[in-house]
Amino acid sequence: MSKISGAEILVKSLCEEGVEVIFGYPGGVLLSLADKLYAEKSIRFILTRHEQGAVHAADGYARATGKVGVCLATSGPGATNLVTGIATANMDSVPMVAITGQVRSSLIGNDAFQEADIIGITRSITKHNYLVKDVKDLPRIVKEAFFIASTGRPGPVLIDLPVDVTLQQDEFKYPRTVDIRGYKPTYGGHIGQIKKIARAIEQKKKPLLYVGGGAIISGAAAEIVELSHKADIPVTMTFMGLGAFPADDPLSLGMLGMHGTAYANMAVQEADLIIAIGARFDDRVTGRIDTFAPNATIAHIDIDPTSVSKNVRVDIPVIGDAKTIIKELAAEVNKKDHIEWHRTIAKWKKEYPLKYKDDDQVHPQYVIETICDAVKDKDAVICSEVGQHQMWTAQFFKFAKPRTWISSGGLGTMGFGFPAAMGAKVGRPEAIVIDIAGDGSIQMNIQELATVVMERIPVKIFILNNGYLGMVRQWQELFYSRRYAFTPLSKEGATQCPDFVKLAESYGAKGIRVTDKSKVREAIDTALKEEGTVVVDFVISREENVFPMVPAGESIDKMIHGLA
Amino acid sequence: MGKFVLSALVENKFGVLARVAGLFSARGFNIDSLAVGETEDVTVSRMTIVVDADERTLEQVKKQLNKLIDVIRVQDLTGGRYVDRELIMIKVKAENTNIREKIVQIVDSTGAEIIDVAKKSVIVEETGDEHKIKALVELLRPYGIIEIARTGKIALQSETNGK
Repeated sequence: MSKISGAEILVKSLCEEGVEVIFGYPGGVLLSLADKLYAEKSIRFILTRHEQGAVHAADGYARATGKVGVCLATSGPGATNLVTGIATANMDSVPMVAITGQVRSSLIGNDAFQEADIIGITRSITKHNYLVKDVKDLPRIVKEAFFIASTGRPGPVLIDLPVDVTLQQDEFKYPRTVDIRGYKPTYGGHIGQIKKIARAIEQKKKPLLYVGGGAIISGAAAEIVELSHKADIPVTMTFMGLGAFPADDPLSLGMLGMHGTAYANMAVQEADLIIAIGARFDDRVTGRIDTFAPNATIAHIDIDPTSVSKNVRVDIPVIGDAKTIIKELAAEVNKKDHIEWHRTIAKWKKEYPLKYKDDDQVHPQYVIETICDAVKDKDAVICSEVGQHQMWTAQFFKFAKPRTWISSGGLGTMGFGFPAAMGAKVGRPEAIVIDIAGDGSIQMNIQELATVVMERIPVKIFILNNGYLGMVRQWQELFYSRRYAFTPLSKEGATQCPDFVKLAESYGAKGIRVTDKSKVREAIDTALKEEGTVVVDFVISREENVFPMVPAGESIDKMIHGLA
Repeated sequence: MGKFVLSALVENKFGVLARVAGLFSARGFNIDSLAVGETEDVTVSRMTIVVDADERTLEQVKKQLNKLIDVIRVQDLTGGRYVDRELIMIKVKAENTNIREKIVQIVDSTGAEIIDVAKKSVIVEETGDEHKIKALVELLRPYGIIEIARTGKIALQSETNGK
């Protein structure tokens, strides 16, 4: 067998893994690898304008498709620019392989030019990471990296590749199997535990399904619908779980937690059985932990044992794959109805609906509802940045299917949505891909407009522009006597800075500004019809708040409901 | 709160110690001691970790350790029968023959050993469990301890479980 270089071995290994796209940015130590990638026609390389754009794009690609997202950056600053995106993927359990160039092996530790200890830096924000010391290990490491990233509870894996390894020669033989003695994820749930949950459902009067992002990763949506309908159990979803259960199903309570619906939070506090599926009892969900779900027996289905009994004591744990377990649970449980429970919930739904002021102003919630209506029955993926616009989307967009909602939940990374939308569009070219943004967040990775225009990746960016870092401003309004420290981004009535319409145009995208409520739908339809990338700047009411809201550290039934 | 002895078999690779130590610091777990060394299998190291935690934190520590790809197996020795040992070296002042003799007496009666003799000090070595080591330190303290080095606990599960 003839020998080839490490760079070529890596490219061939990526082909073996079925990689179709890499988002990345070249650099000195990647020259040889870039050259080999350039020659490989089956892998599309998308040059972003910042490494952070690349890593979020790989993330969005992975979330939209369920496949492993791949990104590439050079040593030193290239690698450190990936850090936020790797941490984002790690928090939200996104399968990703990040490849970084590294200085020559003999220079590692010498503070060489563009050297950073990226293995040390990313140790706590990756599922695992590898420094390749010998070209002989490279195929095995790539194989293991993709395996680790995509199995069990998925997560990012980083491969750090010194430049000399890309030049070393070896024969190429790709391993067929993986055997890592310290890594054996559990998939099948314990049948005894599953039966315990089934019996609990039959005995209890006020059961509730609490569904998180794990349900989407596992592909358990259909099974959850089956379980919920058969045993007549209402369903609330975490921010990450939106789309796992159809929002328009009568059994849906929407999102729970800090900005969840009042009726979802009240149901949690009143429930006598909570079945958590791929959720991790995050502080944004539980609020004050010692008053969370005081009356409930808690069952928890999760593939990650560390998530069980970490924040909340669990009575019936089941470790394994949600899809498999829910299927068994749905088969095991006897048909049952909970009429009284639904009556109570219906009363809450009537008493505390999600609402906003319906007047002439451009209210953000209205914009979200209009977007939702405009893409109804179409194949659409909605991405978001982080802040008020994100919460309004989570509240008012009626997600019907899994993998249609892509947002940074755990880490709350501003600047995530737009590059993630770019990645999602590459993975799902037939879908409409929208980034709902704030005027703050969108500026964090706005440079990727160049990428989407040059690479012809048409995404629709809908900016809810209130001239503030709105979520922080909201907290300042409520808890800091309206002292708006460092949150105004523009002055009311003053010239826009930046002018998002001109900005879009300067990149070769279309820009539209909407200041009038009657023009909202028209602008959305125009944007969706347009072939290329469109930025719509919705100038919204400046001091709108996200309600309901549970103040940090409060019990989740202590909600601020806002306007009457 | 209490002390728990965990024994973890890990891949004998560079960086594994940093992963384990990093896990403890990032999650705010308290390590009392950590000792690591190769096992009968050269590809595997054993880490003996003494953790100061409550039961719930201990559960998290065990799960989090197991979650590391390079950790092969974690055993909680605390519940069952196990033996543990620690090695200590104590440099004590011994400036005249009189004192030196007294130190020798202590060493002989405790099963310790003198492993280095200098003009004005000796180094005493002792292997034993925590109590034995503590007792020796207290006996030598009046003579003036110059410095101490100790390994931290290593432990193995006992096969003599009384049945």
